[in-house]
Amino acid sequence: MPETETDAAAPAAPPEPSWVAPTWEVLRAAGVQVVAFVPDAGLAALLRRAERTDAVTTVPLSTEEEGVAVLAGAWLGGAAGVLCMQSSGVGNCINLLSLARTCRFPLLVLVTMRGQYGERNPWQVPMGSTAAEVLRASGVLTFEVAHEADVAPTVQAAAAMTFSGGGAAAVLIGQKVIGAKAFAPAATEGAS
Amino acid sequence: MSDRIEGRHETPAVDATRAERFPIRRRPFVASLLAGEPDLLVVTGLGAPAWDATAAGDRDRTFPLWGAMGGAVPMGLGLALARPGDRVLVLTGDGELLMGLGALSTVGYQQPANLAVVVLDNERYGETGGQLTHTARYTDLAAVAAACGWPSTTTVRTVSEADELVRQLWDAPGPRLAVVKVAAAEDPLVMPPRDGALLKDRFRRAVLGTA
Repeated sequence: MPETETDAAAPAAPPEPSWVAPTWEVLRAAGVQVVAFVPDAGLAALLRRAERTDAVTTVPLSTEEEGVAVLAGAWLGGAAGVLCMQSSGVGNCINLLSLARTCRFPLLVLVTMRGQYGERNPWQVPMGSTAAEVLRASGVLTFEVAHEADVAPTVQAAAAMTFSGGGAAAVLIGQKVIGAKAFAPAATEGAS
Repeated sequence: MSDRIEGRHETPAVDATRAERFPIRRRPFVASLLAGEPDLLVVTGLGAPAWDATAAGDRDRTFPLWGAMGGAVPMGLGLALARPGDRVLVLTGDGELLMGLGALSTVGYQQPANLAVVVLDNERYGETGGQLTHTARYTDLAAVAAACGWPSTTTVRTVSEADELVRQLWDAPGPRLAVVKVAAAEDPLVMPPRDGALLKDRFRRAVLGTA
């Protein structure tokens, strides 16, 4: 088979959004060695970078709250990390966020938003509309980002406040940045 | 269908008082597990496992949880990943583990060879009035871990099996999980410091030389 056809048959990753490369650089410069996550389409490119980086351990979670504990444990052992999730995962974390608050564990969280702007799945709206408030109520400093160019500098600021000062900070990357999930035009019942 | 699933339809009678007659006592077992292991890194679940560990001697390299129920195993996982050259022991209870059962699959995915989880299983929520946990009926925590890909899992029920476990825990390939069926009984409260920041900072100072 000609090489060109082989290449064409390989599943190509979608183009990387422009915020991803500088954000990954910021995270690496902040010393992030562990990336704990429940995946989201909006995080896919960042997670691909994490998985390609030998010095970084990626930890897929069964639920987001595990990530709060995984990163607390990693910090006990001297490793910094970041917890990545979709907005619907924020509610799962509430009780475990007590670790960050009572022990002053540094906790850096990246949240990609669903249910916020142009969402076609109404089941995403309850957490999408309350994730920031829930985080703030749980003692997490919360930064909401609506423009692609602001993602990396905001993550840098949050990382500084987290790893230098102790405490928890979350960057919520808005659905205006991520884009709303398209769903196939002809999709009716059974669409996810 | 496996025999195990089909067997469930028989719903064998459960003796709700059986744990009161389990021969293994949690305090001496935990004391022997921690004896002579000054470098062992320990995370305990909240409640009785934290009191048991403290009764064996308050130590900087133990992080006892006072809350964050369900967090002990994932916390041990993060610690094991960050310190691959050290042994990490999670000492927790059946109720605490049940709240974060998915963490067993997260560990199974990651396969940290330096992690051990010991579940002190009295089939009770001991801190809240002794209500039965799911292990009092049909849940087999060692089988769950095995199904998640843990290479070494066991359930011990006798004092001699418990002694053997203490001798051989770290010989089995990790991650390893041992369910220790312990007597449902009240022990005196022996509490560690409850300031979480102190617990964190003293642990890091002991392990890393700096908080």
